Amino acid sequence: MSPTENLRFAHEAKAWPGAIPLQSRYTMGLAGERFFHALKDEARLLATYCPNCDYTYLPPRIYCERCFSELEEWVEVPNHGRVYAYTVVHCDLDEKPLAKPQIVALIEMDGCDSVFVHLLDGVDPDDVCIGMEVRAVFQSKARRTGEITDIAYFRPV
Amino acid sequence: MRTRRVAVVGAGMTKFVRRALETADELSWQASKMALDSCGLTLDDIDCVAVGSAPDAFDGVHMKNEYLSPGSGAWMKPHIRCYVGGGTGVMTPIHGWYHVASGLFDTCLVVCEEKMSSCQPHPQGAFLTIFDHTLERPLGPNLLWIFAMEMNAYMHRYGLTKRDLAQVVVKNRANAKYHPCALLGGDITVEEVLESEAMAWPVQRLDVSPISDGAVAVVLAAEHVAHRVTDKPVWIEGVGWSLETAYWTNRDLSYPLQVEQAARMAYSMAGITEPRKQIHIAEPYDPFDYKELHHLEGLMLADKGKAPEMTALGITRRDGDLPVCPSGGLLGVGNPIAAAGLMKVAELFWQLRGEAGERQVPGNPKRGVAQAWGDLMQVGTVIVMGIA
Amino acid sequence: MSERIKEYPGTYVKEQAFADGSVLQTWWYPKADYAWDAGVAIGRFLAGLKEGKILGITCPQCHRVLVPPRMVCEHCFVPTGNWVELPGTGYVKTFSIVTVRWDMERLETPLIPAVIALDGAEALNATGGFMHLLGEIEPKPEVVRIGLRVEPVWLPPRKRTGAITDIQYFRPIKEG
Repeated sequence: MSPTENLRFAHEAKAWPGAIPLQSRYTMGLAGERFFHALKDEARLLATYCPNCDYTYLPPRIYCERCFSELEEWVEVPNHGRVYAYTVVHCDLDEKPLAKPQIVALIEMDGCDSVFVHLLDGVDPDDVCIGMEVRAVFQSKARRTGEITDIAYFRPV
Repeated sequence: MRTRRVAVVGAGMTKFVRRALETADELSWQASKMALDSCGLTLDDIDCVAVGSAPDAFDGVHMKNEYLSPGSGAWMKPHIRCYVGGGTGVMTPIHGWYHVASGLFDTCLVVCEEKMSSCQPHPQGAFLTIFDHTLERPLGPNLLWIFAMEMNAYMHRYGLTKRDLAQVVVKNRANAKYHPCALLGGDITVEEVLESEAMAWPVQRLDVSPISDGAVAVVLAAEHVAHRVTDKPVWIEGVGWSLETAYWTNRDLSYPLQVEQAARMAYSMAGITEPRKQIHIAEPYDPFDYKELHHLEGLMLADKGKAPEMTALGITRRDGDLPVCPSGGLLGVGNPIAAAGLMKVAELFWQLRGEAGERQVPGNPKRGVAQAWGDLMQVGTVIVMGIA
Repeated sequence: MSERIKEYPGTYVKEQAFADGSVLQTWWYPKADYAWDAGVAIGRFLAGLKEGKILGITCPQCHRVLVPPRMVCEHCFVPTGNWVELPGTGYVKTFSIVTVRWDMERLETPLIPAVIALDGAEALNATGGFMHLLGEIEPKPEVVRIGLRVEPVWLPPRKRTGAITDIQYFRPIKEG
């Protein structure tokens, strides 16, 4: 007998609404504290280097994922990179159209092997291309809080 | 049953702290690296990884295991996630065990990590979902309700008092004084426990172990690898796991039947016919004081209702006939949900090799049992470990 | 621990460090709203509550009366059979007296959650029943007892919506 045959009345098919009361507070971690302080206090980008794998991590980590060594070599990253990939977003999470399309990109900074996500601005979406040279535009010092948004966006060089 | 012998050959852990600066994957790496270093192995020597960590809601990350994978050595390796609430700490090494016992892999790194402090205002917000959304949450429950009711049922069945239970807190916190990673090692009296703040009678503040952040890792190896790596491999002799009904209000709450089932499976595999004689150390799961007693009975190491008497007689002290929680348990060391059970497995590893320092159980113990359980009080997970 | 391990990692942070910003942090406020289907069994159970009835369902194999009702008996793994109406009375199987909320804030008035074992749903190896609150009784361990006979106190019919809270609480049955 299939379960729905047991349903006598439509009002018995009920959905119960509710929510899960959660907020998440994330620490930046040992590597993150150093990276985000450099970003916040000095508008500098730092990475860590694994000499074993010849791999530079941005954002930096305290260990190499590939060989598990502890990473103690911190390097300064010049403010210059390239678009590794990008997309143009037209709708928000609830699928309502955005007032202005948002360009989200994977950025590969000079000298770094890992790429990371950020936003592109100061450029028309039609003019963005993979390989396009970009630099970070930082928030003013007063507005920097030690989060990834201390970089306001990347713009073409 | 055609399975290969599997041994624990290395272990490592972080301190258990109330809130950690490290991110979850940094904690995992700290424990994993220590475990590998302890037996002189590198990531290249690890064939697969088993990761145990809590509901994604605690950390607010999606697929916690994949998030932890870089710090768990799982990059470009076969990997499995385990989550069975508090039972995770023993279930994850069980997953690791059959990866190696089956012959599919020669080594497995088992990592259990928890960072509960990310969940604000209190991790209980994530735990609320153990209660049925339609029939229970509208009553405004909190996690303590369910344990308080189990505790009450147990006390009532056997005519126990809070004093009978509080002695477990005293013993475990005292044991934890000698655990370098413990959060709450120290001397406390039964009176202090009995006078602590009532939260959900019969649960009082000092009956409960503290929520914490931390990570533990162990290295498992097949026999031929184990003998190369160490001269004191600790064999996983038996494993067992079982599950009670999700309809918890229908269960007999005075006895953890699923723990007994899991124990029977593990004892049978290990060839244990008289657990009270053949087991030398027990590490049952003790997030609450009554749980150590409840679980000792489920593990058939004490008659039903008699575990408090055994404790009062000093049998479960570190120098007693059956030391229970020489590590200090969750009550003394801390309770990062998934990592806590693996802390007990690591404890057995160190104890059986004679490496537990000031916590060492005297008399050359040869065999121990660790057990974990949690959340909706459903799962029972048991592991028996032994040394030659 | 083995001789090689000298120091244990893990850095403790005080709560104050978050409050005064000496530890960097970032916050996320997920919007986790749900609409859970009650399902066939609980849908009917809730409809029964709206009518002032507590319903159970029987297992044709082990003959347990299952409360909360379910479409499959999890012991026998067969579809369940007939719906039955239970008298609603029962006894307290276990209880707690709660003085804190889930976020550890103190409650002004203690709550008394209990597992109620319902008359008509007892079986050898399990008791049918569900969790609810006790009322009209002093929240003291000397007063509330396991075994106390109780009965449901319902909301007036027009206020019921088909929810577990259509029962306000269970109260002790007055003897005599």
